[in-house]
Amino acid sequence: MTSMNPDFEAIREQLRSTSGKQLWRSLDQLADAPAFRELVEREFPHGASEMDDPVTRRTFLKLMGASLALAGVTGCSYMPPKTLAPFVQMPLDRTPGIPNFYATAVTLNGYATGVLVRQNDGRPTKIEGNLLHPASLGSTDLFVQAEVLTLYDPDRSQSVLTGGVASTWADFTAALGTSLAAQSAGGGAGIRILTTTVTSPTLAAQLAEFGKLYPQARWYQYEPINRDNVYEGARLAFGKYVSTRYDFSKAKVVVSLDADFLAPGPGFVAYARAFADARKVMQTSEEMNRLYVVEATPSTTGATADHRLPLKASAVASFAEALRADLGGKTTELPEHAKVFLEHIIKDLEANRGTSLVIAGDQQPPAVHALAHAINAELGNVGTTVIYTEPVEARPTNQTSEIAALTDEINAGQVELLVIIGGNPAYDAPGDMGFAAAVKRVNLGVHLSQFVDETSQLTTWHIPAAHSLESWSDARAFDGTTSLIQPLIEPLYSGKTAHEVLAALLGQPDATAYALVRAYWQANNPAGGDFEIFWQNALASGVISGTAAPTATVTLKENLTIEVAPAPAAEAVELVFRPDPSLWDGSYANNGWLMELPRPLNKLVWDNAVLMSPSTADTLLGLGLGFAGGQNPLAVTDSQQRQINLEKITGVNGTVVTINHGGGTLELPLWLMPGHAEGSITVTLGYGRTAAGRVGDGVGVNVYPVRVSATPWFVSDGVKVLNANRNYPLVSTQDHWTMEGRDIYRAGIFKEFKLDPAYIRKEVYKEEFGTEEGVFESQVPGDNYTGRNAWGMSINLNACIGCNACVAACQAENNIPVVGKDQVGRGREMHWLRIDRYYAGNNLDNPVTYVMPVACMQCEKAPCELVCPVAATIHDYEGLNNMVYNRCVGTKYCSNNCPYKVRRFNFLQYTDIDTPSLALQRNPEVTVRNRGVMEKCSYCVQRISAARIAAKKAAVQAGEIEYKIPDKTIITACEAACPTHAIVFGDVNDLGSDVAKLKAEPHNYGFIGMLNTKPRTTYLARVRNLNEELEAAEAAG
Amino acid sequence: MAQAQPVRTTPQPDPGEAYLLPGETYTSISHTIGDVPLVALNKTPKGWFVGFTVSFILLMVFLVSVTWLFMKGVGIWGINIPVGWGMDIINFVWWIGIGHAGTLISAILLLLNQGWRNSINRFAEAMTLFAVACAGQYPILHLGRPWLFYWLFPYPNTLGMWPNFRSPLDWDVFAISTYASVSLVFWLVGLIPDFATLRDRSEHPLVKRIYGFVALGWRGSARHWHRYEMASLLLAGLSTPLVVSVHSIISLDFAVSQVPGWQVTVFPPYFVAGAVFAGFAMVLLLMIPVRHFYGFQSYITVRHLDVMAKVMLATGMIVVYGYFMEVWSSLYSGNIYEEYLLYNRLNGPSAIAYYGLLFCNAIAIQPLWFKRVRQNVPALMVISVIISIGMWLERYVIIVISLERDFLPSSWEKYMPTVWDWSLYLGTVGLFFTLIFVFIRVLPMINIFEMRMFQYQETVRLHLKAHPEHEESGHESLTSHSHGASAD
Repeated sequence: MTSMNPDFEAIREQLRSTSGKQLWRSLDQLADAPAFRELVEREFPHGASEMDDPVTRRTFLKLMGASLALAGVTGCSYMPPKTLAPFVQMPLDRTPGIPNFYATAVTLNGYATGVLVRQNDGRPTKIEGNLLHPASLGSTDLFVQAEVLTLYDPDRSQSVLTGGVASTWADFTAALGTSLAAQSAGGGAGIRILTTTVTSPTLAAQLAEFGKLYPQARWYQYEPINRDNVYEGARLAFGKYVSTRYDFSKAKVVVSLDADFLAPGPGFVAYARAFADARKVMQTSEEMNRLYVVEATPSTTGATADHRLPLKASAVASFAEALRADLGGKTTELPEHAKVFLEHIIKDLEANRGTSLVIAGDQQPPAVHALAHAINAELGNVGTTVIYTEPVEARPTNQTSEIAALTDEINAGQVELLVIIGGNPAYDAPGDMGFAAAVKRVNLGVHLSQFVDETSQLTTWHIPAAHSLESWSDARAFDGTTSLIQPLIEPLYSGKTAHEVLAALLGQPDATAYALVRAYWQANNPAGGDFEIFWQNALASGVISGTAAPTATVTLKENLTIEVAPAPAAEAVELVFRPDPSLWDGSYANNGWLMELPRPLNKLVWDNAVLMSPSTADTLLGLGLGFAGGQNPLAVTDSQQRQINLEKITGVNGTVVTINHGGGTLELPLWLMPGHAEGSITVTLGYGRTAAGRVGDGVGVNVYPVRVSATPWFVSDGVKVLNANRNYPLVSTQDHWTMEGRDIYRAGIFKEFKLDPAYIRKEVYKEEFGTEEGVFESQVPGDNYTGRNAWGMSINLNACIGCNACVAACQAENNIPVVGKDQVGRGREMHWLRIDRYYAGNNLDNPVTYVMPVACMQCEKAPCELVCPVAATIHDYEGLNNMVYNRCVGTKYCSNNCPYKVRRFNFLQYTDIDTPSLALQRNPEVTVRNRGVMEKCSYCVQRISAARIAAKKAAVQAGEIEYKIPDKTIITACEAACPTHAIVFGDVNDLGSDVAKLKAEPHNYGFIGMLNTKPRTTYLARVRNLNEELEAAEAAG
Repeated sequence: MAQAQPVRTTPQPDPGEAYLLPGETYTSISHTIGDVPLVALNKTPKGWFVGFTVSFILLMVFLVSVTWLFMKGVGIWGINIPVGWGMDIINFVWWIGIGHAGTLISAILLLLNQGWRNSINRFAEAMTLFAVACAGQYPILHLGRPWLFYWLFPYPNTLGMWPNFRSPLDWDVFAISTYASVSLVFWLVGLIPDFATLRDRSEHPLVKRIYGFVALGWRGSARHWHRYEMASLLLAGLSTPLVVSVHSIISLDFAVSQVPGWQVTVFPPYFVAGAVFAGFAMVLLLMIPVRHFYGFQSYITVRHLDVMAKVMLATGMIVVYGYFMEVWSSLYSGNIYEEYLLYNRLNGPSAIAYYGLLFCNAIAIQPLWFKRVRQNVPALMVISVIISIGMWLERYVIIVISLERDFLPSSWEKYMPTVWDWSLYLGTVGLFFTLIFVFIRVLPMINIFEMRMFQYQETVRLHLKAHPEHEESGHESLTSHSHGASAD
C-alpha cells in the first residue's frame, strides 16, 4: 500500500496520534483536515464535493466505508506491530501452539493474588494460581478466574471521553496541564485525588511525590467494601492501625464472630487452605479442628462450621462482649438462645488456650474487632494463631470518613480538580452522602475506569483504564508480599494505568507505566545487588522476596473497656448489607461468568434478592406458611404432608418485598434462606447498575442508596418490611432443599469416625440394604484398565467450602458459554461443574448445610454411552467417558439416562461467535461448541493429552517405548483453582498417587452407587467435629 | 357386473347386528364409494373444502414451526436439562401408537379372517400411513442437528463409523422405517384392484390415464387375483409381527434406560395395547364423521362401531392393568427412587397429568361395557376424543414426569412447553388431516372389491342361515364367486 501512495504515510502518522475509535466519532472534525479530504477525494473523487453537504444517504455510506478502511490503518493493537511478521527466526520463548505462562498479580480491593497467566499465541486465556505467592499458594478465588473475561469485555471503554465525546490523551493532558497550572499557585488546594485502596508501592510513591509538589492537595481512598472496621478495631485495642493475620494451621478451635473468612477477601485462599488442611481427616487422623460460627446471613463459612449460631449481626457485639467477659470470669446478659452456645464455646476455648482463634468479621463494628483482639490476647493466641503486622496498605485509613470529607469539600466548593482513579463512587458511595450529585459540581473531574460507568458519566473526562493483564504495576498481598504486575498483551483499547495518570498529574504525560514501575524498583531495590537480576527474578517468580510486612509489636491497652452498642430489641427488624458473592461491590457486574455463577447456598443467578429465614418471612410478610407461634411445618409425622408443606414454603420465593428504612425504600424479591438469623434480612451489594454494560445493566436492585455511612453493614432502626403482593421471577439453579433421604451426600461425626472410619458407609448400607456391606457390587466382569492410566478424581467433602472458584475456573478453561437469565430459568445453564446444596434436618432455623461439587462422574459403566444412537459418547482406553462433539446429533438421550444430570446441551446457539474480542479469550485447545450438541466435563482432556504428548516425547527421546505420566503432572482446571485442594485428580492405577490413596480411604464413596455406574469421581464423606455436649444441650433445648 | 348378482330371498338382519346393511348391490357399492374420488372438482362437497382449508392452514403452521426450529434450534421448545425429551417425543409416540390400529385391522384381522374388517381397513391403513408420516417427523426434528439424521442409518461411509447398535434409538430407526415401508406397500397393493375400478369408471381421459398408470395393468384375470391373494397374505404375514414389534421397540427407548418410571419391564406389551387402544379411538374419531358426511352408514354400520368399541375396551383394560403394574412395582420395589416416582406422580408438580390420564384411560372407557353406549354414535365420538387425550397424557406422564424428578433433587426442574411445542403439534395434526382429506378426495376410502366380496359373503351367509339345506351348494358358490367381479 505504501508503495502505491506515499501520502498515506503522512496520514497514518497523523492518525496514529489519535485512536481508531476516535475516527468514527469525529468524522466531521477529520473531514475538515486537508489530508483527510485529499485522501477521500482520491478514493471517491465523485463524492468528495458532497462532503460539505448535509448528510445524505450516499455520503453516509461512503464515509462509513472510508472510516472502516481507515480504522484498519490504526485500529488493530492486539499485538505489537513487530510480531506481525512471520517467525523467520523464532523467538526463544515462543513456539506457535504451545502456551506460555507468565507470573503477575490480580487485585481485589487493592490486595494482590499472585497468578500465572496462560498466554496462547499472544492472548491471555486462563489464569492459574502462583504456587510461590502467599495469597495464592497455587490456587485462586472466583474473581481471579473471571478477570480474563473482563479483559476481553466488548463493553470496555475504548477511548478518552470528554463530555461523552471522544477525545485524545493529548487533549486530556493539555486540559489537565491548564488546570494544574492554575492550581500550582495555591499549592494545589483545589486538587483532590480519589483512589481505591492502594497497596502499590509505585503508586504510593507517585502519590507522595504529588503531595510534595502540591502540598495543599489531598489524596483520599474509598471502596464500598473496605477495612475500616478492622483498622478502627485495631486502634481501639492497640491505639494504632495494624493488620491482622491468622494462622489456621495452629488453631484447633476457631470461633468466627460473623467473619466469612472462607469467602473471597484478603488472604482468603491462604486461610481456606490452612483451615481445610486441618480438617482433611483420614483413617489415621487423630485430630481435627473445630469451627464455631456466629452469624446472621448464612455463608459458606457457616455451612462449613461444626456448630453454627444464627444471631442478628447487631447482636454479635453483645455476644463477643459476653464471650470476653466470661473468659475473664465475669458474666453478662445475653440473648437467651445464645447462652448455651456461648457456654460451650468458652469451655472449648479455655481447653485450647494458645491453639484457638477468635475472628471478627470485616462487617462487624470496631468494638467487635477490639473484643476479638482482647479475647485472643486473653487466650494466649497472639503470636501463634494471630499475628499482627504493620499495615499492608500504603495509607490505611477510614475510607468511609474520607469519602464523606471529600463530598463535603466538593459541596463547599473547595475542589477544582478531582482525579478519580478506579472505583465507581457515584454508584457505590453511601446513599446519604449524595456523592453523585456532588461530583457533577467539580470543574474538572477525571475518572480513570475500564468502563464508562456511572461515575465516568458525571465527570468531565473519562480515561479508559488498562486491565491489570495489560498493565505494568505492582501490588501487595494480605501479608505484605509484593508482586510485580506485568502485561500479557498490549492494551486492547489504548487504556492507561493509574501510574500513567499520576505521571500526567506530575507533568510527565508520556511516561509509560513500565518505565515508572521499573524506575521505582530501581530506586528501591530490596535485594540490593544487580537490578536486572532482581527484576528478572521478580517477574519470573511473581513475588519480590522479603517484602512481607514486618510483625508489629502491639500491646492491648491497659484496662481496656470496650463500649458495645446494646443488642437491638428482639422485634426490631435488622437489615444487613453484604458483598455479593459474585458481583462483589458491583465492579464485576458486567462479567457474564460471574453474573451467571450460581451464588453459594442460594444458587440464585442474574438477580439479587432479600434473604430471610422462612419463619421471619412468614412473620413479617404474613405468608401463612405455618410458622406462626413457633410452629415448625416440617416437624410433622406424615412425610407427604411434610413434603407438601415444604413445597408451599419454597413456593413463596420471588414475592416482592418493600423495605422501608430511614435511608429510603427498596423493592426486592424474596428468597428464603434457611438458617438466616430470626428478625434479620439481608441484601447484597453490586446490582442495579445503570452503566455497567450489556450484562450488568438493569440487573437486580441497587441497594447503595439506602446504605448510610454511619451503619454501612447493618441497621436495626426503623426498618419496615412489607409484602408488595407481587411476584418477580427469580431464577435459581437449584430450587429443591432436601436430599429426599437419598444416598447422595454422606456425612458423619469425627468421634465415631475415629472408632471406625468405615462407619458412615456401613450406616448407609444398613439403611438401604439391611446389611452393612453393599449388595449391589457388579457381578459383570469389566475392564480394569490394568497397565494403563486410569484417570480418576477424589473430592473431599470435608474440605469443600462451596466457594465457586472451581466452577469459574471450569468455565474459563473449557469455553463454556453464558446463556442468560431466561435460559437458566428454563433449566439450561451450561456449567459443566456445579455445586449442589442440600439442607439436612427439619430445623429450618438452623439446618445443617451441605455443598457438593458435581461434574461428570466419568462412570466406568456409563449409562449415557449405551443409549447414544451414533456413538458420540464413548469410552476411551483409559476409562474416560468422552464426548465427541462432531459426532453428536443431539438426541439428548444420554442426558435423560444420566443419573447425575451433568450433561449440558446447546439448545440454541449459546456461544457468542460474533463478538471478536470474546473469541480471543477462548482456549484454543478446547472445541467451541455450536448449537445442537451435548457437552459435559471431560476431566480437562486437553490437559491430559498435552501431558501424554510430553511424556511420549520424553520417552522417545530417552529411547524407551513405554511412557509414564507422573502423578500431579495433570492438574484439571477445577483442581488447580480449588483453594482448599478438595479436588484431587490423578491416575487411579498408580497406587502411589494421591488420588489412589484417597480412594483407598474407608469413607470414600461414589454416590447413587446402587446404579452400579462405577463412577471414577468419588467423594470423601464429610466428617463433622461436633462438640457433643453442645449438641446434646441444643437437642435438649 | 350384473352377471353374478345372486337374487335370493334372504331374511333381513337386525340393523344393530349387521356389518353391511341390506339393499347394497355390487353396482351400488362401486358407485357410492367409487364416485367420491371421481366426481368433478366443482361437485366436491363444500364440507370437504372447509375441512381441507383448515387442515392446510395447519400444515402451513407446521412449515412455519419447522422453519423456525431449523433456524434457531430445539431451544425454542420447553425442553431442558433434566427433561431432555418433551412434546417432541410425546407426540412421536402418540402418533406412532395411533398408526397401530390400521396395521392390526389390515393384517391380523385379515389373517383371522374377520370379514367385517373389509369396510374399515382401507381407511385405517391410510390413517396408519399418515400417522406414521407425522410420527416420522419427530425423530428428525427433535435432533439438535437434524441435518445429520442420516448418521443413524448403517451405511458405508468415510467416517468408518457404524451407528451404535446397542442404542434403542437406533432400533427405532429400523422399526419405524420397516413399519412405514411395509405399511405403504401393503396399502398400495390393496389399492390396485380399486385403481382398476376407478380407471374403468372414470370419464376424464387424464384421470383415466392416471388411475390406469397406478393400476399397473390390472385386468382382473384369475391369475391376477391369485397373485394378489398371495401378495396380500404374505404382506399380512409380514405386517403381523410389526404390530407387536414397532411399539415394543419404541417402549424400549424407555425400558432400556435406568430412569425411574422408564425402566419398567411391563412396557412392551403395555405400549402395544396402548397403541391399539389409541389407534382404534382415532379410527372411530375419523370414521364417524366420514360415515356421516358421505352416507356410508350401510358399509360402516353400528355393528362396526360396536366391535371397535369392544377392542378399545379390551385394550384399554390391558393398559389399565399396566398402570396397576407400574404402581405395584414401584411400591414393591423397595427402591426409594421408584417409590418417589409414584409419590411424584400423585403429588408432584405435574400430578394433574396423572389424574387426567387415569380419568381418560381408566374411567372414561367403563361405559363401553354397555352395548347401548357402544352403539351410540355421539357417545363413541366423545369417548374416542377422551381416549386420544388420555393416551397423549400417558406419554406425558411417562416421559416428562419421570424426567422432571429423577435421581438428584439438585437437578429437578419443571417442564413447560412453549408456543412452538404446541404449534409443531398442531402442525402435524394439520399434516395428518391434509393427507386424510387428499386421500378422501382422490382414492376410494373403502375397499370396493372387498366390499363387493363381502356383500356376496354376507348374502350367502344370511341365505344359508335361513336355508341350512343349501349348505353344500352354497359353499361351492361361495368359493367360485370369490371376488364378485373384476370391474364394471
